[in-house]
Amino acid sequence: MKMSGARILFECLKKEGVDLVFGYPGGTVINIYDELYNFKGIKHILPRHEQAGTHAADGYARATGKVGVMIATSGPGATNTVTGIATAYMDSIPMVIITGQVPTALIGNDAFQEVDIVGVTRPCTKHSFLVKDVKDLATILKKAFYIARTGRPGPVLVDIPKDVQIAQTEFHYPETIELRSYKPTVEGHPKQIERAVEMLLAAKKPVVYVGGGVVLGNAAEELTAFCRLLGVPVTTTLMGLGAFPENDPNSLRMLGMHGTYYANMAMTDTDVLLAVGARFDDRVTGKLSTFAPHAKIIHIDVDPTSIKKNVRVDLPIVGDVKGVLVRMIKVAKANADKVANLKEAMKPWLEEIAGWKAKHPLSYKHAATVIKPQYVIEKLRELSNPDAIVSTDVGQHQMWTAQFFGFTKPRTLLSSGGLGTMGYGLPAAMGAQAAFPERQVITICGDGGVQMNIQEMATLVQYRLPVKIVILNNGFLGMVRQWQELFFDKRYSQTCLDLPIDFIKLAEAYGAKGFQATKPEDVEAVIRKGFATEGPVIMEFKVAREEKVLPMVPGGASLNEMVLNA
Amino acid sequence: MKHTISVLVENEFGVLSRVAALFSGRGFNIDSLSVAPTNDECISRMTLVTSGDEQVLEQISKQLNKLIDVIKVIDFTDGSGIEREMALIKVTAEDERRAEVLRIVDIFRAKIIDVTQKSYTIEATGSPLKIDAILELLRPLGLKELVRTGAVAIGRGAKVWN
Repeated sequence: MKMSGARILFECLKKEGVDLVFGYPGGTVINIYDELYNFKGIKHILPRHEQAGTHAADGYARATGKVGVMIATSGPGATNTVTGIATAYMDSIPMVIITGQVPTALIGNDAFQEVDIVGVTRPCTKHSFLVKDVKDLATILKKAFYIARTGRPGPVLVDIPKDVQIAQTEFHYPETIELRSYKPTVEGHPKQIERAVEMLLAAKKPVVYVGGGVVLGNAAEELTAFCRLLGVPVTTTLMGLGAFPENDPNSLRMLGMHGTYYANMAMTDTDVLLAVGARFDDRVTGKLSTFAPHAKIIHIDVDPTSIKKNVRVDLPIVGDVKGVLVRMIKVAKANADKVANLKEAMKPWLEEIAGWKAKHPLSYKHAATVIKPQYVIEKLRELSNPDAIVSTDVGQHQMWTAQFFGFTKPRTLLSSGGLGTMGYGLPAAMGAQAAFPERQVITICGDGGVQMNIQEMATLVQYRLPVKIVILNNGFLGMVRQWQELFFDKRYSQTCLDLPIDFIKLAEAYGAKGFQATKPEDVEAVIRKGFATEGPVIMEFKVAREEKVLPMVPGGASLNEMVLNA
Repeated sequence: MKHTISVLVENEFGVLSRVAALFSGRGFNIDSLSVAPTNDECISRMTLVTSGDEQVLEQISKQLNKLIDVIKVIDFTDGSGIEREMALIKVTAEDERRAEVLRIVDIFRAKIIDVTQKSYTIEATGSPLKIDAILELLRPLGLKELVRTGAVAIGRGAKVWN
C-alpha cells in the first residue's frame, strides 16, 4: 500500500514500539501533525517549548530505558531542541529527534524558517540524517533507532523536508538492519576479563568506580552482585547514583568535586581501581597528574574512545558492562579461595575507610531559625515513596540531592551530568511522569533553574501529570555565588536574583497548587501536604541564602585537597 | 609525529564535514586531506596527514572509527604504506633561468604542462618529501603559484584494504 512520508513516520514509530512522543507543531511538520490527527496508538504531549519537549523525551528515556522521541518544526523549532540534544548526547541518552525541513527544492535558499539543523547538531548527536527521498525514509528511521539504542547510546536526528512528508511510496519496514560501518563491540574479551578479576583479587586497597554506563546498560543488579561477592568498596559518579545502593555499608557514595571525603581519599590511595561505565570526567578526577597515583586501572566501557582519553589505563575491556560483569562474577565464583584471601587482605583498607567515614561524614550544621537545604533533601527522602523518581536542575540543589538523598535504585535520579543544563529538571520530570503515571515523580530545583522552563507548569496541568516541584529558594544562582564567595572575594556579580517571585501565585496561575515553608518546623508539613495533594504542586522552601556545597575540590586541585569547612 | 591515515567511508553527503568537524571540534591537526571515490563507488577513501603524540593519535583513530559513516581506519605510519602527492607549480622562467628550471624538472622527473615566454607550469609527483625538495630548488628562481593535492597512500604488498 502506498503511503505518505508523514504516515510512514508514524508506522515506523509504532514498529519501534513507541507509544508516546513529545512534539510541537509548525509550518514544516504540519503534514506530520495532520497524519497524527487520526493515527491510533501513539500518544502525543505538547510541551510549551521545544527545549522542554526534548528534555521531556530525555527524562522519559532515562526513566524507562526506552528511546525518547521529540518532533519539532524547522528553523527555530529545530534550534530550540539543540540544548536538549546536547544534554542527551553528553549523558549518552537514547533519543530520536524528528525535525521538519523546508522542501528539498528550497534547501540552501535561506527559505522561511530554514536552518541547517543537521549541520548545527553535528557535534552533539550520535548521528544525523537528512531524508532526501521518501523511499529512504523507513530505512533511515530504522537505522536511527538502531543507532540511538545500541553501543553507547545517544541522540539521533532525522531531518525530513516537507515534500518528503507529502510524497507517497510503498511502505516496507526492514525487520533487521546491518550497517557495515557501525558494529559496536558488545562482548568483552574473555582473557581480559579473567585478567581483570585476577588483578582485583590480588589487590589490597581496591575501589570500584561506577558511572552512568551501569545505569544505561541495565547492569546495576550485576554490579551490585559482583561488588558484594568481593566485598569491595564502591563509589559512584553523579550519573552512576542508584547503580549501587548507597545504604550498603561498602558504599562510598559519590566521588569528585562534591563527593564524600572518604570516596576521594579512597580514590587517592587505592592500588587497583576498577572503572565501570565511567569516563573519568574532570569533575571526577580533579587534577589528572595526581589522580589515583598508586593504582593499576581497569576500565570497562562500551565506547573505546572513553578508554585512555583522560587517564592511563592498565587493562582496558571494551564491551557491554552487563555482559562483562556476568562473566566477572563467574570468574570470581570459580576462585572462591582467592576471594577469601582478598577479603582478608582488604581488612586494614576497610578499617582505614571506616576511619575516614567517621572523621568526615557528609554533614551540615542545623539552624534553628532558617531552613537548611540539606535538611529539606533528607526530609524528602524520608517522606517520599521508595520507588520515587527524582529529577534535578543544575547547581547547588543538584549536589545536595546527590549527597543527601541516598539513591538505592537505578533510573531513579534524572540529572544533567555532562552538559550541566539548567532548566532540565522540570521537563525531565514531566517526561518521567508521562512514562509512569502512577509513580511519585519529584523534581528538585533552585529558584534560578526552575524559571528556565517554568512554562511547563501548563503542560503538567493540561496532561494531569502530578509532578511535585520542590524549589530550594535562596534568591541566588547559588553555585556560581559559592564560587564567587570562595574564589572571587565575595564579588557577587549578577548572581543575586533580586526580584522575589511569588511561586504560590505562579502555581495557582497555571491551575496548580503551591505551598511555602519559611521555617525549619514547617518543612515536614509542607512536604506532607505537597505529596498528599493531587496534581502538580510547587513546594517552595526559603532556605539559608549563603549555604555552601561541601566538601569541595577546587577546580584544578587534587581529589584529596578538599575544602571541608569554609 | 606525522601520521598518514587512510579512512574508508560511506560515499554519502556530509561525511567529509563530519570528519573535518571531528578534527576541529577535538582540537586535532590536519596537515592535509584528500578524498575521492574508490573502485567501489559506494565507498570513498580519505587520506589524512595529521600529527600528535601517541595518545592523541590513538584518540584520532578511535574517534574516526566512532563516526557512523566510517568503515575502516588504517594508520600507515609504520612504513607499511606508499605515499604519493602531486603538485602543480607555476614559476617565472625568463632568459637564462629557463634552462635552470628545465634541468630541475628533468632531475625530479617532473613535467612541463604549460609554457609561455615568461613562465613554466610544472607537474611534479612523488613522496611529499620529494615535492618539498623540488619546491626548495624552484623557490629562489621565482615560484609564483603552488597547488598540492596532499598525500594519498596505499598499503605495500598484495594485501588489499577495501
